Amino acid sequence: MSPSERQLERQRYRRRRSLIRGAVAAVSTVVVIGLAVYVVGQSSGWDRVHRTYFWWPDAKSSFPTVARAFWLNIRLFMVVEVFVLIVGVLVAIVRVVPSPALAPIKLIAILYADIFRGTPTLLIVLLVGFGVPALNLTGAPSSLFWLGAIALTLSYGAYVGEVIRAGILSIHPTQWASGRALGLSYGQTMRHIVLPQAIRRVAPPLLNDFVSLQKDTALLSTIGLVESLRAAQVISGRDFTFTAYVVAAVFFIAATIPLARFTDYLTVRSLRRENGI
Amino acid sequence: MLRAEAVRKSFGDQEVLKGIDLDIAEGEVICLIGASGSGKSTFLRCLNLLEQVDDGDIWLEDREITDPRVDVDDVRRSVGIVFQAYNLFPHLSVLQNIVLGPVKVLGHQRADANDRALELLSQIGLRDRADAYPDALSGGQQQRVALVRAMAMQPRVLLLDEITSALDPMLVGDVLDVIRSLRADGMTIVMATHEMSFAREIADRVVFLCEGQIEEIGPPEQVFTSPRSPRTAEFLARYLGPT
Repeated sequence: MSPSERQLERQRYRRRRSLIRGAVAAVSTVVVIGLAVYVVGQSSGWDRVHRTYFWWPDAKSSFPTVARAFWLNIRLFMVVEVFVLIVGVLVAIVRVVPSPALAPIKLIAILYADIFRGTPTLLIVLLVGFGVPALNLTGAPSSLFWLGAIALTLSYGAYVGEVIRAGILSIHPTQWASGRALGLSYGQTMRHIVLPQAIRRVAPPLLNDFVSLQKDTALLSTIGLVESLRAAQVISGRDFTFTAYVVAAVFFIAATIPLARFTDYLTVRSLRRENGI
Repeated sequence: MLRAEAVRKSFGDQEVLKGIDLDIAEGEVICLIGASGSGKSTFLRCLNLLEQVDDGDIWLEDREITDPRVDVDDVRRSVGIVFQAYNLFPHLSVLQNIVLGPVKVLGHQRADANDRALELLSQIGLRDRADAYPDALSGGQQQRVALVRAMAMQPRVLLLDEITSALDPMLVGDVLDVIRSLRADGMTIVMATHEMSFAREIADRVVFLCEGQIEEIGPPEQVFTSPRSPRTAEFLARYLGPT
């Protein structure tokens, strides 16, 4: 059946309206960006800033060194993200389980969350990076990579533990009852029913913490790891230019975008599946 | 087969069950009726050990399941329960919801459990929704799947806690049909319900709970047409309208 004259008129109106809206958005974007470029470009210091921070030849020459160093950042956050998830899940579960036998471990988990969430990450990095080797413990890791990974895991595990705990507590009690009523044990109900739903529910805040973690791998430059920030620092100290920092910044931004899009994709997919859209 | 003796339960200083005695025979269908807050749900949850009784005993066949040494997971395998809402696991498909118990608890092979689940789904006319996720189903379909999931554990007794109360009246009929067919298969059922005409049709005995006590118990014809207790009469009058 062909649409009525009234419906055709509505469609024409909607098309016209969306065209006008699109045009307004395009024009205003061009004006705002153009103004910004004009104001910055006209400023008296722009030439110096341009040469120091955004100088294309410097960017090209520092690119390979910063890129090589950024590979270390990538390896670090790949490893630390896995550790953080494990620590976070364990801490969350310990704090949620009602068993009185776990009381001492629960106390440790609470202390851990309070202390490591309250301490600046930079301090933890310095304390672990310089403190642990000073202990001269046999078997303690001495490689800067692992010391750095441990420091970041300690700091972010505390955050992520709280996020996951909030997720677990947000699952409707009938889900617990349904699992237990089927004869599943407490642990089975947690593993197969509550935890998967909890993680899905807190995926956006978890992603936030992971993005933050990716950036904080730069803090490990303070204990002597030559990651991308350190590499950029070396170049800028040698050539008296800050363009290498901007290159490093671009790498950090580029690394977080795939993570953000991947989480969006996962969220949409599970929404689709569960809502049958 | 399932017997409650002087079961008491309080929440804080509110006594919800004030000594319930009920002996349920194999294959019997018991309907619990009564106002909200009369203790129907709490009683069912005690039978499934989701709540601990404060006093009294519950016997499943010749085992006292209120004994703290009893393995509660083992008891729950034999006593299925379906709640008013939020029964299904939203992150699992219909089929996965049904086979989770048989695979993880009973140790069945996944392939066998799948076959059995699909057969049960066919019986309730939902075989084509096996791969759908719960939120894509209507409330009535969800409750039918919840019933099938409980049945897949092959329980000795099935407890139903107002499973049609959250449903649109149009969807109630399909769920009640499933309960009818379970009764025909000889399932022992204890159900809390507000569907008076269904209780009258399906129950072997109707139990009227009032303020945590059994006010009246008897065959549906007697309870509904000539209640002995004035409180039963008053409750039914409000539900069924003056006769």
